[in-house]
Amino acid sequence: MTAQDVELPIVSNEDVVRVRQLVRAVAAEAGMSLVDQTKIVTAASELARNTFVHGGGGSARVESVVNARGRAGVRLVVTDNGPGIPDIDKALTEGWTSGSGLGLGLPGARRLADEFELDTKAGEGTTVTVTKWIR
Amino acid sequence: MDRVPILKIGDVLLVSIQIDLQDQTVLALQEDLADRIVKTGARGVIIDITAVDIVDSFIGRMFATIASMSRLMDAETVVVGMRPAVAITLVELGLSLGGVRTALDLEKGMRVLGAPLPAVRPGTS
Repeated sequence: MTAQDVELPIVSNEDVVRVRQLVRAVAAEAGMSLVDQTKIVTAASELARNTFVHGGGGSARVESVVNARGRAGVRLVVTDNGPGIPDIDKALTEGWTSGSGLGLGLPGARRLADEFELDTKAGEGTTVTVTKWIR
Repeated sequence: MDRVPILKIGDVLLVSIQIDLQDQTVLALQEDLADRIVKTGARGVIIDITAVDIVDSFIGRMFATIASMSRLMDAETVVVGMRPAVAITLVELGLSLGGVRTALDLEKGMRVLGAPLPAVRPGTS
């Protein structure tokens, strides 16, 4: 069930900032606590940067969601058509990096979210879905 | 791209971040600070993040990089004004910023650097 559904392109550094701002706005409107807003916005920043830097650009969809038990939350779906992630276990290992980063992006986003889903196919792209529920 | 202004107060360079940081801005700040440290011979750098509502792994790493870089040029860096929600999130993200000195606010940051603070007004003591 979706009350709000907005999609943004991620093709520049500015877009990473826009994704953060959008997630912040949707989370605040959903009534999420400041700490949880900060966590989901930080996760969004990591994922959007990954999409821009490693995925060659893509898009982010931000939704205000409600689960079967009536609990509200915010969901972010980040998609790219990049090279895909060859080794998911490695990519989710803290400290492992394919570039010059700290290797905190994916594992960090997973820790900051309540739900985390990674869908990737070599040569076709990567989709990461994170959800944070309102406490 | 926005650039973050660098102010000089005595021996200290003060950077107060008032915008949504994008990666290029952070990289530019790092270079600008290196230049200014050399040109001014500053002994301290204060990065005020009171207005910053998120610090992700890239921004956090840049603070650590700026701190190491400044140290090599004989300047100490203090990050001041981190919001509680940002601190909680950073720890959960896995970034403890071990090599970066912090202080709760600008005044305490200046004190950490041993920078002179405004004197008490005459007649009030």
